[in-house]
Amino acid sequence: MFLINITLVIFCVLFLCMFLYLGIFVSTSTVELFDNNYNNRQELQESNVLRGTIYASGGEVLAESRIDENGVERRYYPYGTAFAHIVGYSVNGRMGIEDYANYYLMHSGATLSERVENDLENVKDPGYNVMSTLDATLQQVADESLGMYNGAVIVTEAKTGRVLAMVSHPNFNPGSIKEDWEAITSDPNGSQLLNRATQGLYPPGSTFKIITALEYYRENPTDWDEYEYTCNGSITHDDYRISCIYGTVHYDLDLESSFARSCNSSFVNIGLSLDLDKWSDTMDSLYFNRRLPTNLLANYGRAYVGPQSTDYDIMQTSIGQGKTTITPLHLNMITQAIANGGEMLRPYVIDRIVDENGKVILAYTPQSAGMVMSHNESVFLTDLMTAVCEYGTARVLLNDNYTVAGKTGTAEFANDINESHAWFTCFAPVDDPEICVTVIIEKAGTGVEYAVPLAKRILDVYFDV
Amino acid sequence: MQITLKFYLIELSKYLIAFTMLLYTGLALICNFSKDKKAVSICCSLQSGVLLVLMFLCFLDLTFVSGKEEYLYLFAFITLFLFFMITIVTIIYDNVDRVLLNNMCLLSGLGLCIVSRLSFAKSFRQYIITLVSFAICLAIPFIIDRFRFFRKLLWVYAGVGIVALLLVLVNSAKVHGAHITYSIKGFTFQPSEIVKILFLFFIAALLYKYNDFKWIIVSAILSGCFVIILVLSRDLGSALIFFVAYFMILVMSTHNYWYLLTGLVGGALASIVAYNLFDHVKVRVVAFLDPWTYIDDQAYQITQSLFAISSGGWFGRGLMQGRPWDIPYVDQDLIIAAICEEFGLIFAICVLIICLCCFYRMMMISSRCSDKFYQIVVYGIGVMYIFQVFLTVGGGIKFIPLTGVTLPFLSYGGSSVLSTYIMFFIVQGIYIKSLKYEKLLDEKNKKPDTKVY
Repeated sequence: MFLINITLVIFCVLFLCMFLYLGIFVSTSTVELFDNNYNNRQELQESNVLRGTIYASGGEVLAESRIDENGVERRYYPYGTAFAHIVGYSVNGRMGIEDYANYYLMHSGATLSERVENDLENVKDPGYNVMSTLDATLQQVADESLGMYNGAVIVTEAKTGRVLAMVSHPNFNPGSIKEDWEAITSDPNGSQLLNRATQGLYPPGSTFKIITALEYYRENPTDWDEYEYTCNGSITHDDYRISCIYGTVHYDLDLESSFARSCNSSFVNIGLSLDLDKWSDTMDSLYFNRRLPTNLLANYGRAYVGPQSTDYDIMQTSIGQGKTTITPLHLNMITQAIANGGEMLRPYVIDRIVDENGKVILAYTPQSAGMVMSHNESVFLTDLMTAVCEYGTARVLLNDNYTVAGKTGTAEFANDINESHAWFTCFAPVDDPEICVTVIIEKAGTGVEYAVPLAKRILDVYFDV
Repeated sequence: MQITLKFYLIELSKYLIAFTMLLYTGLALICNFSKDKKAVSICCSLQSGVLLVLMFLCFLDLTFVSGKEEYLYLFAFITLFLFFMITIVTIIYDNVDRVLLNNMCLLSGLGLCIVSRLSFAKSFRQYIITLVSFAICLAIPFIIDRFRFFRKLLWVYAGVGIVALLLVLVNSAKVHGAHITYSIKGFTFQPSEIVKILFLFFIAALLYKYNDFKWIIVSAILSGCFVIILVLSRDLGSALIFFVAYFMILVMSTHNYWYLLTGLVGGALASIVAYNLFDHVKVRVVAFLDPWTYIDDQAYQITQSLFAISSGGWFGRGLMQGRPWDIPYVDQDLIIAAICEEFGLIFAICVLIICLCCFYRMMMISSRCSDKFYQIVVYGIGVMYIFQVFLTVGGGIKFIPLTGVTLPFLSYGGSSVLSTYIMFFIVQGIYIKSLKYEKLLDEKNKKPDTKVY
């Protein structure tokens, strides 16, 4: 019976597809679905597993669960507020590493006999521990340096993408988040829970000149060094006038000195000469307007030039103002790509997951997010950024111990210059880059005055000066 | 000491149960595909043994974890029940298909075990219904052997079926948004389960006799009535089962592939119309396409099911270690998720392979039927059975949109158990009858080589 056999085959194939689907589903979705807030199975794990410990790369405890004298299980954060956003919290929702590694923190590698033993002693099985990439010293320095200011600091490793420090102010105390929850969420101006380092969208200001310069280089690969401009403190085009900061007159400039002295007029002049389509492509290739290549919870920056842009939009975009936005993490990733010869790496904070005996369960390795610029382009930008730190706006960084390449920025969002956000992004040393530091300080004034010294403190600690 | 033992037992029994199930499935496959009569017979006996071991492991686990001794009584009951089912049936009907009988016992026993785990209180009812169903069905092969009038009741099947469904639609208790049950004095029936069988007999009675276009139109119109009433009752799963069964039977009995195309096109058109006309259809599709957006509303059931399946992994969490009750209506619609969570994926796939084995067996029985009426009936039962399994399992794992039909034998629900038992025993009856007929033929032709499956 041919037709009966056909019927058999149809259903067998349907069921086989179903088995395959089930197999794939179960082997790929377990971690993700466990973390879903609607999945009550977390309660099951909580009754059996003592949440694992989070460590800094030097072995310092960043978060651990202990049973207090009253027999109540509590989560302790020895560094108080210093690691607030990046280590995060695990009650009333989750944030940071507590969220990213939740599945592992809540699952135990205890063997059957160990579990029996724990059960007899009436203790819970220990969850997996997380070894983070965070450097406790750098994090504390960054936290203290930012002080009372709002803003963010990110320090990453140039050749791996490991996050060494990530600070966001204002912050909160993760140890008492449950008690403080009401106050934090009911504060109308409160944004303590927002991780400004990854989610804060700011105008990039002059740091965006990195992208404008890169595009100029791409369009003029051979004769970019013939660029000349005479700055007289402002530039006017179609009745729109853009001035240099404080109305400074920069006189005769080439491309490097325009960048080093952060001359707005010269960069507006450059921007007006650029091919909008190609420029737009360059922005997209640097992950503007799309998801950032990272597992960290992050927003992405927006930058647009195209047929709808007016000349004024283009002038504004050239110097990172107008509708252009960026997150500190995004700027740090671009800086890291320049330091790493053009290859962007995915930033990550979890180095490895280990069981209570230290056996590695899962190890994270650096992962590429692609070549976002050619090696030559990265060398070109490195030279420009080195000039900034030698004779340009960040020349205070010139010292005998290490070399720095960076870019300052002042993101104006109000008329008063003292109300501007101060930016600085850099990497060091220039020849063999090790770390990238990105700083934003809200409403502090210019990057030169506030952000550069903060970065210097971090670099000094890192290079043991 | 006791705690220690309990710990090891939970962990060990998890793997033992999966292993026993794998063993059973392996034997089932040998039984189905081996040509060696003796080997099949040995495998069948082995299967019965493995089956009891599996039940023992499950209930031992349940007793230890829950600390309720009552589970041991249930185990005693199930063991006795299955033992009697196998012995009584084989004694009364010596030509019974042992392979199908074993698989039926496994699925039925497993169903009782899972329902007991889900709700000790509810399971009592399930035990009674299973016993009663078995008692009723024991007579079916005998009736099929003796009487031939079933094929003449064409209009009775159609009339009773349609009236029963209409009664439910008009005068029904609304159970989670669907008019599918009918209550008399505390007993709740789901007539669509029983009407399935009437529908099959109606189609078979019509198609075995008439093959011309006029009668096919009549069959299509009447089948359409069944399906439309079911859609109006919001019983989408049953409507789909009727629809698919009708077209597959039509193609099988007429050998006309154009009907298959008609069915596909008609089905597609009907789906589009239903999607635009009925909100309850739209909700299912939306929940299927984007469950995570509607997680706290339309897609709550399916996402909870997915959580359960993913938390179970390959070997499951172990009996009583999961949270199946997080899933709404887990005991009826999404029993597969409960199986996946606590028994694990390997076990669940084994269960589905057993279902496929039953289907394979039915198709084989259908293909050797010389009586076209019976051939259509067995084919229809097989298609309805396996398609229902596909609908409920596929829906529960988000392979297709969720429709909310029961998993035959395994889900909680009296009507479902009764109708599945009746269907399987009808197949047995037809198998016994066709074997008898073949033997008669052989004796007439003096051919000694009797083919035996």
